[in-house]
Amino acid sequence: MEAIILQILNGLDKGSAYALIALGLTLIFGTLGVVNFAHGALFMIGAFCAVIMQRLLGLSFEMVDETKTDFLGNPLKVQVPYVESWFGPELGGAIINWSVPLGIALAIPVMIVLGFVMERGLIKHFYKRPHADQILVTFGLAIVLQEIIKYFFGANPIQTGAPDMLSGSFDFGTMLGFDPNVIIYPLWRLVYFLFALFIIAGVFAFLQFTTFGMVVRAGMADRETVGLLGIDIDRRFTIMFGLAAAVAGLAGVMYTPILAPNYHMGMDFLVLSFVVVVVGGMGSLPGAVAAGFLLGILQSFASMNEIKSIIPGIDQVIIYLVAIVILLTRPRGLMGRKGVMED
Amino acid sequence: MFGLSAKDTRFLLIVVFLTLATPILLQPFPETSSLAQFNAGYPDLMQKFAIFGIFAIGFNILFGLTGYLSFGHAAFLGVGSYTVVWMYKLLGYNVLPGLVLAVIISALFALLIGFISLRRSGIYFSILTLAFAQMSYNLAYSVLTPITNGETGLQVYSNDPQILMGENSPTSPHLFGLVMRDSVQVDVGGWLFTFNIGYYFCAIIAILAFYISLRIFRSPFGMMLRAIKTNQTRMNYTGLNSRPYTLAAFVISGMYAGLAGGLLASMDPLAGAERMQWTASGEVVLMTILGGAGTLMGPVLGAGFIKYCENIFSKINDGVLHGWFAFMPDGLEDFVIALIHPFVGKGWHLTLGILFMLVVIFLPGGLVEGGQRLARLFRRKRKAGGPSRKDPEHRPNPEPHVAE
Repeated sequence: MEAIILQILNGLDKGSAYALIALGLTLIFGTLGVVNFAHGALFMIGAFCAVIMQRLLGLSFEMVDETKTDFLGNPLKVQVPYVESWFGPELGGAIINWSVPLGIALAIPVMIVLGFVMERGLIKHFYKRPHADQILVTFGLAIVLQEIIKYFFGANPIQTGAPDMLSGSFDFGTMLGFDPNVIIYPLWRLVYFLFALFIIAGVFAFLQFTTFGMVVRAGMADRETVGLLGIDIDRRFTIMFGLAAAVAGLAGVMYTPILAPNYHMGMDFLVLSFVVVVVGGMGSLPGAVAAGFLLGILQSFASMNEIKSIIPGIDQVIIYLVAIVILLTRPRGLMGRKGVMED
Repeated sequence: MFGLSAKDTRFLLIVVFLTLATPILLQPFPETSSLAQFNAGYPDLMQKFAIFGIFAIGFNILFGLTGYLSFGHAAFLGVGSYTVVWMYKLLGYNVLPGLVLAVIISALFALLIGFISLRRSGIYFSILTLAFAQMSYNLAYSVLTPITNGETGLQVYSNDPQILMGENSPTSPHLFGLVMRDSVQVDVGGWLFTFNIGYYFCAIIAILAFYISLRIFRSPFGMMLRAIKTNQTRMNYTGLNSRPYTLAAFVISGMYAGLAGGLLASMDPLAGAERMQWTASGEVVLMTILGGAGTLMGPVLGAGFIKYCENIFSKINDGVLHGWFAFMPDGLEDFVIALIHPFVGKGWHLTLGILFMLVVIFLPGGLVEGGQRLARLFRRKRKAGGPSRKDPEHRPNPEPHVAE
């Protein structure tokens, strides 16, 4: 029982990342009808927003500290971050320590602008082209974005830690009445899961309870009619593209303490997220979220030693295996709508 | 000749000539000149041209003719490589048994994967093939280590049985004594030409592969595949079951990929799991699209173009750039080099990505379409407005409409 709960918990953080990326992919596909292979790159750029924030906050100048001396008795030169000199060492240190969550403030505007530019500059011209062309051009764009990041940040993963307050782990088992030290869970993963839930709930609420969301949903169902009613649906879809980019970016920012960002992390997640989208059903938002969590949890179950000893190698292939089985038995995925990508 | 029309025979002969003369044609600059950077006539690269040409020709039979976009063809490439290296380990360094078996085994794999994947079409087919390829890749890295030697990659060790190895047999891949890595170098007044046995072996196989694909393109079978690409629903309504045709195309292209993988291991007796990764599948898609999907020459051009850029662009470093722009004033020189620097050397992928995007945006038919547009431009200048119906996909002539 403890083992099962532990595996479910372990699956949640990966599942959250899959769910967030798949949600963005589905939003773009559902509104614009575009298969976006550059979505993984957006996730990656979000993660690098956290890195940029960390570097920005870490910018420092050299100051002679009169109180400390080196071994020759000369005053010591120390690096003082600007933030610390502005806000005092305590508050400044706390701000630097919280650089990953603060990266969100940078990621939201950056991702929305990037999404707008991508949609207006490139994707707009591909609505009428076949899906294969859309896949190819966004694939090319993903390569370009990756290489730009690689040029500025190098090819090695960059460590970005969670705030000290949230970087430990806590004993989840005692809360549920199990023995202590049975279910130990890193705190940041729980934060990530709650954050993902918050974002997902936010997106759904936005689509469900605002007039804007209503128009967008109407546009997803029948774009032409909405256009005929005199609503500028294209502008709203552009905003949705920016929103989807921001969701991917936020997923990336908060994922950095779990996985040190490198320039090809997007591609690794993209392949799996596509599998997630297809399993959930193309064009179904709840399907994407459910499939994301489902596959994340399945993956963590498959990497249990007990299961690996029965079926060796299952942890490597479980997601693909599930995808194959679901696609062959339920052609539209778990919650796919009729008539979406049927050709 | 060879069951081809006069025009196709001429085409084939040109291709044969170009392939056989490659070691000379790709060496246009003397060895000592500063442009020798751009020479591509060394064996390693020429072999890659031929091998990836075969891979792309095969992929084109599936994608170009039927429109099914497979994202998992690298799996067959890997299977072919592993088979050939296993034959080295068990039998000996003769490449022939390995290559034959590589084609057979990859055909079996393709039959299995194709049978399952082809139940769906469109993006679902792409995801299914991707899933199979990623499964093979992950398994090759983890559980199948006894067969694939995991991360180290499969290679021949001195304690392998190699039962057909004689006393005097060569100790590297060969074909009945013709050692693949042997080459003859001819020095003609500053130009250095390398005629490599391995390259000619690959080239002859590539010509055969090209000939077979030419015959498929011109056959009723090829016509059927094109009909499936144009409108599969209508094909089904006429009472035709299209799946055997698509499956046959899938298996044929899988065999081509297995052959290419086997040849890779024939040139260099190594096989690693990274050959099966999805980026490798993506690469063949890039080659085919860049050159022109559905055309005969396009995929080969695309494969050559990408491999050429990969090898030549990535060799250009800052030192070489300084050599080129030395004639400029210092400040300007540094500025120009800083501008070019991100696109060459380690950053050549950026160039590839941008080129690829430009091709997809402006030239959906690939390099072949670009060439045809240029040719049309020149022809129009000579004689204004002649009927020039260029047809990159070799579709049948449309029937004249009665009411018109």
